[in-house]
Amino acid sequence: MNTKYASINSIGAAPWKFLLLAATLLFSYALPAHADDHEEPAAATEEVAEEEAGPVDDYMELLEAQGEYAPAYDFFTTSMLWTVIAAALVFLMHLGFATLESGLCQQKNVVNVLFKNVFIISIGVITYAFFGFNTHYPGDFNGWFSWGGMIGDLNAEGGNTWGYGGLGLAMTGFGDFIFQAMFAATGATIVSGAVAERVKLSSFMIFAVLFVGVAYPVAGSWHWGGGYLASLEIPFKDFAGSTVVHAFGGFGALACVMVLGPRKGKYTENGIKPIPAHSFPLAAIGVFLLMFGWYGFNGGSVLSAEPSALGLVFTTTTLGACAGAIGAIVVSWVMLKKPDLSMALNGLLAGLVGITANADVISVSGALIIGLIAGGIVVVSIIFLDKSKIDDPVGAISVHGVCGIWGTIAVAIFGDGDFSMATQIKGALLVSAFAFIFAYVVFSVLKALMGVRVSEEEEERGLDISEHGQEAYGS
Amino acid sequence: MKLIKAIIKPFKLEEVKDALSEIGVEGMTVSEVKGFGRQKGHTEIYRGSEYTVDFLPKVKLEIAVTDDLVSKVVDAIVNASQTGKIGDGKVFILPIEEAVRIRTGEKGDTAL
Repeated sequence: MNTKYASINSIGAAPWKFLLLAATLLFSYALPAHADDHEEPAAATEEVAEEEAGPVDDYMELLEAQGEYAPAYDFFTTSMLWTVIAAALVFLMHLGFATLESGLCQQKNVVNVLFKNVFIISIGVITYAFFGFNTHYPGDFNGWFSWGGMIGDLNAEGGNTWGYGGLGLAMTGFGDFIFQAMFAATGATIVSGAVAERVKLSSFMIFAVLFVGVAYPVAGSWHWGGGYLASLEIPFKDFAGSTVVHAFGGFGALACVMVLGPRKGKYTENGIKPIPAHSFPLAAIGVFLLMFGWYGFNGGSVLSAEPSALGLVFTTTTLGACAGAIGAIVVSWVMLKKPDLSMALNGLLAGLVGITANADVISVSGALIIGLIAGGIVVVSIIFLDKSKIDDPVGAISVHGVCGIWGTIAVAIFGDGDFSMATQIKGALLVSAFAFIFAYVVFSVLKALMGVRVSEEEEERGLDISEHGQEAYGS
Repeated sequence: MKLIKAIIKPFKLEEVKDALSEIGVEGMTVSEVKGFGRQKGHTEIYRGSEYTVDFLPKVKLEIAVTDDLVSKVVDAIVNASQTGKIGDGKVFILPIEEAVRIRTGEKGDTAL
């Protein structure tokens, strides 16, 4: 007896004493309800049920609203949450574009570059709401073109249930819209970098409305919208848009640059006279922001919160980016004698673009190889285009156009699944050619009607003063 | 009164400023400038294309002193900013016709 007491005391404030106390309290709390049940079973049960189940009732109502899809509610909500977060991340890419482009241009044109970026995201999302979304996803159509109208209440008619897209599109109608809307504007943003420092603002704005508002959803409908490319025997595969977003933008940019011409003084009789970036910190910040946003771009393209695909895509995306940077660093260091920061930055993006078509179907080694090759390709392409007197201040044509095609082809080389190299090439060329021709025609018409270029004087003065009457950094 | 203008290498500024305070110089104006002499520029490379940057960053000091301090100030500047390598800079001595202290309206030597 003594020893027992001693041992109890020596333990002191032992956990088991607390648990015993807690158990006693819980039991005593439960007791009165039990007692009531015995005395007045019917009334007591009802009262107790109402008291305890209030918040649970609300939840049950939510479940009931899903109808037959109630069992999928948990995964549905998780996936939708991820989708809207991914949409916000893709939106952030516009901040990345804005900082990257302004960093790589001259100080006297920064306001103009930023202004174009603000305009593009604004008009991009609006046109997508007015007609883009329904043109991009027309439902049943001839596979080539179907003009859509404005979006309505996308929550209606089960649009806010699992039934909207099931496992393959685990989000509500509005989630689907907003995620895709963020993608749409990136096409024109790609062009804005390539034409920077000499394009006429008003002409560019008109071009952007048409390129993003019309061309993008039409081209996109051929694949994601279920059109021609999606209905081939072995369908075209472009996971997150190496072709339908990046090559689309890159080749549109090429067309515009060809119509526009190079910046004054860039190509002289004695060779290329470089026009260096005015702020490498801004450019680097831009690239890192773009990579951050890319987690939404690729990660969100899983179209659900399916853990296996999500983890894989995040991994391949990252590896592709890193390998791209390394590839560009190695190739540019060898070719140019000194390591060039702007090439390293472009290389990171090239790796990301290269991985975008195939991130969900490749292995770790595949991701590394695709990224490495993209990094090498982008350096060679940038130098080649410059030597061919195609003036691209930010390397957009090489990063998005050339590497977009590479990423699309890489699906057939490294992708685990049923893919056809012929189809991949066909799809890549089809969309790229369409973007190029569309941009070339529109920009040429604008050139004839109103000019697409500022005057030599305005270009020398800087677009900030000539087009905006403002300075980027104050004085 | 003399105005001493010195073009020196930017990283030497602190040393020169300290040397001048030691001999009793109480004020100076400093500006960031670009220039070259026989040093010429250097080559930079951007995205595969080389270009020469002719103008190198320098710092210009302007110090107004009474005549008796001139040689001391010039020596201090030269000794503190000299590296022996090309591009060290130059010192110019200019006459000042008149000087005015804005706060009090004083003129002449007492304005310095």
